[in-house]
Amino acid sequence: MPLQPAITDLGQLKSRPAVAALQNASLLEKARFDRDELTLYVNRSDIKHACELLRENSETKFNFLADITCVDVFPSEPRFEVIYNLLSHSRKERVRLIARLPGGDPSIESLMGLWPAANFFEREVFDLFGVRFVGHPNLRRIMMPEDWEGHPLRKDYPVEGYR
Amino acid sequence: MILNMGPQHPSTHGVLRLLLEIDGETVLKCIPDIGYLHTGIEKTCEAKFYQQVVPLTDRIDYLCPMTNNLTYCLAVEKLLQLEIPPRAQFLRVLLNELTRINSHLVWLGTHALDIGAMTVFLYCFREREDLLRIFENVSGQRMMTSYFRIGGVSMDPPIDFWKKTKAFIDKFPSRVDEYEGLLTSNPIWVERTKGVAHITAEDCIALGCSGPTARGSGIDWDLRRDMPYSGYEKFKFKVPVSKDGDVYARYLLRVQELRESNSIARQAFEGMPEGPYNAEAPKVVLPDREKMKTQMEALIYHFKIVTEGFTVPAGEVYQGVESPRGEMGYYVRSDGTAKPYRVHMRSACLGNLQALERLCVGRLLADVVAAIGSIDIVLGEIDR
Repeated sequence: MPLQPAITDLGQLKSRPAVAALQNASLLEKARFDRDELTLYVNRSDIKHACELLRENSETKFNFLADITCVDVFPSEPRFEVIYNLLSHSRKERVRLIARLPGGDPSIESLMGLWPAANFFEREVFDLFGVRFVGHPNLRRIMMPEDWEGHPLRKDYPVEGYR
Repeated sequence: MILNMGPQHPSTHGVLRLLLEIDGETVLKCIPDIGYLHTGIEKTCEAKFYQQVVPLTDRIDYLCPMTNNLTYCLAVEKLLQLEIPPRAQFLRVLLNELTRINSHLVWLGTHALDIGAMTVFLYCFREREDLLRIFENVSGQRMMTSYFRIGGVSMDPPIDFWKKTKAFIDKFPSRVDEYEGLLTSNPIWVERTKGVAHITAEDCIALGCSGPTARGSGIDWDLRRDMPYSGYEKFKFKVPVSKDGDVYARYLLRVQELRESNSIARQAFEGMPEGPYNAEAPKVVLPDREKMKTQMEALIYHFKIVTEGFTVPAGEVYQGVESPRGEMGYYVRSDGTAKPYRVHMRSACLGNLQALERLCVGRLLADVVAAIGSIDIVLGEIDR
């Protein structure tokens, strides 16, 4: 199959309920539809609001938080992209929310209040990337030893570790 | 009293450590401590070519290597927009279901052993041995198979494989009857599991549970049926769901899944189409040996794939599949080079493990063992 170009025009994507819902609440920064997957960019201060909206809206119904992860795009800025993967059981659809954080202050609101599932996912991102989740009640390392220095999945962390 | 359970404890299924706050025999608090098996696989992936990541995915979950191979391959194939020929899809489905049976057999055996039913363990490992022989036959390895490759499978199965698989599929339903005969109406088993470690559907959604753990509480969701991949839409199967939400419900459900998986494997076996087992993509798929030794071009492609990998157009995808434990997902981002920029595995067990506290609190200490067994965790997958 030849690769279809990604759709980034909000006008064309407006027929998708998730895009419309976030756009009506003016929470959407940009959107992309690529390889049958919808990616929505939101401001980091809006993430909780956006997730709540997508969960409660009767058109979107994204009831399940499947995953939280992060990508470090070092050395460009904003450096961290925290990725939320939501799933709707009733509509059989996924959506990916991305919030970008600056390298100097990588912090974002925790989703623990919406989905307790965020607990381990956020701790993992904190442990491996050093992104702080504000409002998380137990933000400790989860994979690495408690006294470990550095955050291994950052791009400026060598694969073999510091020698 | 604070009781430390694990990491070296026979019924924590690996190296899980639990901090249990108990009052007499009653559990007041249960805090899982994980990370003992963290090997940095996600970081390692970033330093490998796309095809070199496949053997790493085996090592995440040693009970269902093929499911992990499949998820990763599907994700990269989605990035490349590769079309997979029907024979490869059917082979993948067939082996994926045999892997599910393999994983459920280990689960059933060890879970029963934890609660004190020793016989089932030996019965389950008898059938598992047959499966491991089949895997060895098809891939050369019993456990770390790496049989699925980007674009298809590594080679066409040998003649022996069909005979062994046929024999296994034919006899397996009667073997499931044997396990059920030992457990389903066994009063001790029922006493130890019924009404134990209950969880509601709402809690399952809130805590990120998926797979049999969620279906045991009444969430009718199976990625094979609801978001089909690798040709699962061509197969007919039932998704067992139970509303009880206890250990017994999850046990019954997985036993039914054994039967359904066997039926899917039979459909795949009987409907196996002829044709190529690899995608038509010379820059991605290694040429077969015959071509490589007779055609200059094939030799060049082989050399290039092995030495410098293949580039993948920039983009990001998430592929979720129904692993024996729940939703296994791979998030792969490409920056247009021959190495993935980021590979992230969404572990089904990590979500299910979060429910453990809900399952154990207020129950007896002995029920903790039943609860751990019933969510079927593999620590390799949790820690990665």
